[in-house]
Amino acid sequence: MQSNQELEGFRIELRDWLEANCPAEMRGGEASEASICWGGKNFEFESDAQRDWMERAASKGYTVPTWPVEYGGAGLTRPQEKIFKEEMNRIGARSPLDSFGIWMLGPALLHFGSHEQKLHYLPPIARGEIRWCQGYSEPGAGSDLASVQTRGEDKGDHWLVNGQKIWTSYADKADWIFALIRTDREAPKHKGISFLLINMEDAGVETRPIKLISGASVFCETFFTDVKVPKDQIVGTENRGWDVAKYLLTHEREMISGGGQGLSGGRALGAVLNESLGEGQEMETTLRADAMRCEVDALAIGLTLERYKDQAEAGTGAGDASAMLKYMGTELNKQRHELLMAAGGSDALEWDGPLGNRPADWLRTKANSIEGGTSEVMLSIVSRRVLGLGA
Amino acid sequence: MANLVMTEDETMLADAARGFLDKSAPVKAFRDLRDAGKTHDAKMWKEMAEMGWAGVLVPESAGGSDMGHAAAGVLAHEMGKTLVVSPFLSTAVIAATALRNVSDARAEKALAAIATGDVTYALAVDETPKFNPEAASMVATREGNGFRLSGKKTFVVDGALADRLLVLAKTDEGLTLFDIPADRAGINRTAQNMIDARDSARIDFDNVEATGDDVLGQVDSAMSILKPALEAGQAALAAEMAGLSAGAFGMTVAYLKERKQFGTVIGNFQALQHRAAHLWCDIEVTASAILNAGRMLDEDPDNATMAVSLAKARATSTAQLAVQEGVQMHGGIGMTDAYDIGFYMKRARVGAEWLGDYGYHAAQVAKHRGF
Repeated sequence: MQSNQELEGFRIELRDWLEANCPAEMRGGEASEASICWGGKNFEFESDAQRDWMERAASKGYTVPTWPVEYGGAGLTRPQEKIFKEEMNRIGARSPLDSFGIWMLGPALLHFGSHEQKLHYLPPIARGEIRWCQGYSEPGAGSDLASVQTRGEDKGDHWLVNGQKIWTSYADKADWIFALIRTDREAPKHKGISFLLINMEDAGVETRPIKLISGASVFCETFFTDVKVPKDQIVGTENRGWDVAKYLLTHEREMISGGGQGLSGGRALGAVLNESLGEGQEMETTLRADAMRCEVDALAIGLTLERYKDQAEAGTGAGDASAMLKYMGTELNKQRHELLMAAGGSDALEWDGPLGNRPADWLRTKANSIEGGTSEVMLSIVSRRVLGLGA
Repeated sequence: MANLVMTEDETMLADAARGFLDKSAPVKAFRDLRDAGKTHDAKMWKEMAEMGWAGVLVPESAGGSDMGHAAAGVLAHEMGKTLVVSPFLSTAVIAATALRNVSDARAEKALAAIATGDVTYALAVDETPKFNPEAASMVATREGNGFRLSGKKTFVVDGALADRLLVLAKTDEGLTLFDIPADRAGINRTAQNMIDARDSARIDFDNVEATGDDVLGQVDSAMSILKPALEAGQAALAAEMAGLSAGAFGMTVAYLKERKQFGTVIGNFQALQHRAAHLWCDIEVTASAILNAGRMLDEDPDNATMAVSLAKARATSTAQLAVQEGVQMHGGIGMTDAYDIGFYMKRARVGAEWLGDYGYHAAQVAKHRGF
């Protein structure tokens, strides 16, 4: 435990560093999926400022502030992490780097990976050099995720992987994929899955974007045809990949929930809505009331994310908290985007119109309550595991 | 940012409170009071005082236990679970916080009397059906060195039985808070027949005399005393309502596991599972806002307004959801007076209005968020 004096010292140092290193272009403004810095070999930075910000933050470990220093993080303690968040919010700093490597694979590797795997895979994630995507769902395995059929045949020093994944977000931009592969077809469905790491440049890996209702193609289909995956590219134990998958899912769900702040990096919804209105126009009464309700809920969900982190730190965490956060956060995020559309009126109805790509962001949020486990699956998890209802 | 984990002391306090209340104040005790037409259990309040609850916000120098606002929230939460009737919020939280913000010998004496459980208070602020303290129109006219109070207050919770009243009235240049005995000449109290069977009163003030000594804090600046008192009360009320929600929810889930229809327990039906799960999620989210409000009042009271309003807004909507879902999932039996869930519904409705409703507090949050 650090003293308050030490923490205040950290705050002052951090504040100075942010002041000196976070470019003005990377502060404030409405964050959207399009403005995220994803990193990776194929990533095109929107500006020099975006690249500078990522690189400077990475040099201090601030792209993954809580990861250990040896794996590319800053090794921040929980109280320091809170200060980090407060100081970032204070200047409206955008996240310097976001990726499935940071949100999902990283935590799973930190928990299940060997020391060598951590040293090998984590620092390139922290530096934004390697971008990961997730190979979980299949055409026949959506909400029933453990039914995956993509198979890995044991060939001694490698697995020979064949099959198809779907909804692989940004697979066309990713360098590597972490995937659930059936390595034992005789075992019960949860007991025959392995968690494999596969290089997207390997022979036999093919990916095809799927055009979505938003006009964008963030999701892909990914095909594996006789792909050779070396045996050391497994996380955890053979056929026990479901444990890794479940652990990772809790992080995915927290990520999708956005802690209730899925919109605009902690900015107040009312402020964002006000900006959408025409000159001298007042927010209409029902819109205002709805915005207040959303704001109350967003703040409370944000506090809940923090409370669960505090509990985890204190070792009193609740097991299935992520299902709750995912459900509450995504349902709220959908409502918020409905309000943004309403505030924009007819200006929000054009692709790349006066309000930018607001309709695309709005449509994108509709996947939030489906991906990573639907809202209904989340409610079933809560009712079964927390409330003890049902068989 | 505050640490949002219950401390060991708080957990122990909650366990001790639960142990006491399960024995002395289960819902059955509330039912018995109601059936007897009573709104106060003096013996129990004395016991609570002996455990340090009445003095939870009273400094140790005045004989209090001085456990702080988060701890007051823990106690209110446990009381809410079984619909305990006590002057805890009015006296131990609101009045104690007001008096604490006045540093004179008289306030110190009053705090000591609160801590021992010898004196109870009620806050007389509301004049209209909706909470709006700034708009108080009751007049305190100067007369010599003192004042004459005339006007009407309504929804004075704990007001029919309280020993003393904190009264908000308009003076020449602003609002002033008075601390006067409830039996002073010219005060006429009418007990309200409340849906939740708790003490509340309409109070007429007919040319009631108040001396300069009866003024709490400074003339014309009630808010410097009243604001922290209201916020303390709102946070503790939010905690009580969260406890009420947990109580109603616990009854409801237990019922889902025992009631059989169509040859199986109704908790096996997904339609009900999902309603219950949604409610649990809502209760969890509100719990964070409650704890945060208590922490803010303890650690940074000058900047706690938004946290408190967030807690009261969330607690209000959660409690209303919990009781409505509770009655619905109980089915017909939930509509009967013989069954307890209806008590929760009526208590939640009163709690929703007291010290500011959902709209009042959501607007406070929005204001602090810049819209």
